[in-house]
Amino acid sequence: MQRSTTRIPSTAGIDGDVLLELRNVSKRFPGVCALDQVDFDLRAGEVHALFGENGAGKSTLISIVAGALRPTEGALVVGGEPVELHSVRDARGLGISAVFQEFSLVPTLTVADNLLLGSEPGTRGLIDRRTLRADADRLLRDLGFPLKPSQQVSRLSRAQQQMVEIAKAFRSDLRVLILDEPTASLTETEASRLFELVWEARGRGLGVVYVTHRLKELYRLADRVTVLRDGQRVDTLDQSDVSEDRLLRLMTGRVIEQVFPDVDTTPEEVVLRVRDLTTATRSILNVDFEVRAGEIVGFAGLVGSGKSSAARACFGAEAVLSGAIELHRRDVTGSTPRQMLRRGMFYVPSDRKTDGLLMMRSVRENVALPCLSLDRFSKLTLLRRAAEREVTDEVTRRVRLYPHALERPVEHFSGGNQQKVLLAKALARDVDVFVFDEPTVGVDVGTRVAIYNLMAELCAKGAAVVLVSSDLPEILHLTHRAYVFHHGRIVDHLVGDEITEENVLRNFLDKGAA
Amino acid sequence: MNETLQDEAPDPRTAESRVKRTPLEWIEYGFVKIGVLPPLLLIAVVVFSQMSENFLDLGNFENVLRQHTFLIIVSLGQMLVLVTGGFDLSVGTGTALVSVVTATVMADVYAGGSGSVTSAVAAGMILGVLAGGGLGLVNGIGVSMFRVSPFIMTLGTASVALGLALYMTSGVPVRGIPPKFSDIFGFGEWAGFATPIWVTAAVVVVVSVIMTWTRLGRYFYAIGGNANAAVLSGVKVRLNLTSAYVIAGLLMGLSAVLLTARLETGEANIGTNLPLQSIAACVIGGVSLRGGIGRTSSVVLGALFIGLVQNGMNLARIQSFMQMIVLGSLLIVAVISDQIRQRSVARLASAGVLG
Repeated sequence: MQRSTTRIPSTAGIDGDVLLELRNVSKRFPGVCALDQVDFDLRAGEVHALFGENGAGKSTLISIVAGALRPTEGALVVGGEPVELHSVRDARGLGISAVFQEFSLVPTLTVADNLLLGSEPGTRGLIDRRTLRADADRLLRDLGFPLKPSQQVSRLSRAQQQMVEIAKAFRSDLRVLILDEPTASLTETEASRLFELVWEARGRGLGVVYVTHRLKELYRLADRVTVLRDGQRVDTLDQSDVSEDRLLRLMTGRVIEQVFPDVDTTPEEVVLRVRDLTTATRSILNVDFEVRAGEIVGFAGLVGSGKSSAARACFGAEAVLSGAIELHRRDVTGSTPRQMLRRGMFYVPSDRKTDGLLMMRSVRENVALPCLSLDRFSKLTLLRRAAEREVTDEVTRRVRLYPHALERPVEHFSGGNQQKVLLAKALARDVDVFVFDEPTVGVDVGTRVAIYNLMAELCAKGAAVVLVSSDLPEILHLTHRAYVFHHGRIVDHLVGDEITEENVLRNFLDKGAA
Repeated sequence: MNETLQDEAPDPRTAESRVKRTPLEWIEYGFVKIGVLPPLLLIAVVVFSQMSENFLDLGNFENVLRQHTFLIIVSLGQMLVLVTGGFDLSVGTGTALVSVVTATVMADVYAGGSGSVTSAVAAGMILGVLAGGGLGLVNGIGVSMFRVSPFIMTLGTASVALGLALYMTSGVPVRGIPPKFSDIFGFGEWAGFATPIWVTAAVVVVVSVIMTWTRLGRYFYAIGGNANAAVLSGVKVRLNLTSAYVIAGLLMGLSAVLLTARLETGEANIGTNLPLQSIAACVIGGVSLRGGIGRTSSVVLGALFIGLVQNGMNLARIQSFMQMIVLGSLLIVAVISDQIRQRSVARLASAGVLG
């Protein structure tokens, strides 16, 4: 990881005025303490990066600064004065604007409408459309964004929508800009443009809070880095003290060897073979891959690269346009998830809230759901609740669910334990092909280790395991083979020692017409 | 009436944290544990027993029960649909349609002299219930296969049902039902209770078994809880979702047949209040409008609560217009207090007070 030479030293840097400060701030949600007595400060003319795993509290921290969440305890100080922000609008009034990963745009309105939403020019409730258009035009021109104010937002690409979101932040007198993993869906060129913009903002004396988990961006952009772990501030480093080893240790609280288990592997026969697969939505195009029993295969790539679609299509959760899927040498193309479950495949979805769990129902009902049609769990249609309890008890012990309260609604568990319930679902049936889609998103390190150990255990027992992940260390340290996805295609197949950060990342980036 | 909170075994940690609590916190804790319905019931009983001395009479209670068997049955159907995350606005005019179908079939078979009284009654009842199931099937197919929103789908079929009922009768009550039908199913008694009460009791047992002991019921909760998760867990969502509407339709049909027996004619202008009342009974009984949560026993109590309120107001000689105002307000109050309760649940759970 070399340092970029394009880095421009900050003018104000360490000596800038403190724009905002968090003092001893805590935030608790049902069942989880997202922030625990955190201190944080931002000076004029600096980029202060927040670094940490998913679930470390980065999003909560910036949501508090941006006025979207209110702290349970502690004080937020802006320009030397303690303030209480009741809404995003309050924060904006103080010159604080955030660009979140989840956009706050109204897709059916135009770019101009979105840019000035909530502060439309005009009198007596009537909108002055000409001024609105002109204001939007000026805003976009100042920032150098190639967007037309009259375009409808739903027709824009994700990168373009992000530009609108950023422009929206700049519309008022801005002092603090918050960027939440802004490059997650950008191409290299777009990202470079964004970096220039951040430098420019810093040069004008703005304070920038920059959330990322990419080391490269820390080197290029950050003046200071605050590392969060499990809701606590671990340390704040000056740019000169930043190194990969140090960050990783701070972020996980452990050295690499303690996080990732050794995985025993004895690859045997091919159990899942996919040939020339294209999905109906064209989220993947002419993809070939195979998975053997007794190995962990990684699907690497950016969000939207098709790695998740490939896995979902195998499980029957996405419609197939052409190509063939074979499970145990049998053609299973076009099967439903129900049929795939019967044949011994299990897909653990990436988003437990939208695709994985019945949040208001009990652990028992969630874990037993995929098994209810088995004879052991029901006769004719009548349920055998004793079997349900027994199996749930067993598998939740295996994933170390805490607390071990099987009748408690899933929504009252912490994020990490919700994820354990999701994994437990996969263990309640006889499964020999497991697909884990981003299994460690939004979980603490302890849960992460438990999940990795579980995958290693399954693999050692001879199951085929597919790990779909945007988290590079996971791919590097757990998988035996990895397919790298980019724009719906597999662009590389790495085996064993070939799986290095360089080899994987090289393919993440756009290579023109390639 | 969150069943998962009630069913739960006490957690040792909660026992410890149950030390010091202000009276206000006790009220909040109690509210979270028992829900909206018990306090409402208590208030209703106290208020109406003050307003009328007959209110607390046992005979009066049987009256309420008998008059509201129809609401209980329809509310249970409504509950199935609400649990899957939908709702059914067609139960009102559906009742009218079933009543007209039942009466017309019975009268025709009876008057045609082609069959005995028994076969006329049987044919009318069966076709009536099936008409209800048919309406539910149309609703279910629209919602599950064509993904029409339950609101539009059932609003549409509600209009269709009323149109059909009026078309069949030109708005005139259908007469000529064999008296034996009303004698048995409208006014008959067995072991001291009216026939409709027995039928309703059977329905309550059956629905209760479906919801807690069968795959079908579990899948209703799963679909309403998270349809995506249900698909990925191998649940046949379309089939089960359609079943919920069909069962709701059959129950509505059964209730309408009993109501017809009680009225002794087939009427196209009945059932107007049923959509509101059945949804209110469910919501007051703690069924979540977002789907995934609902208990049979609580819904029965919710329907009885509405019955008690209506009965109390009748005894207190409150005008029927006034009653509509009270019922509508109650529904809204129930929803608001449920939302406050949800917030308390979240707060108490995060504080570790709840297990």
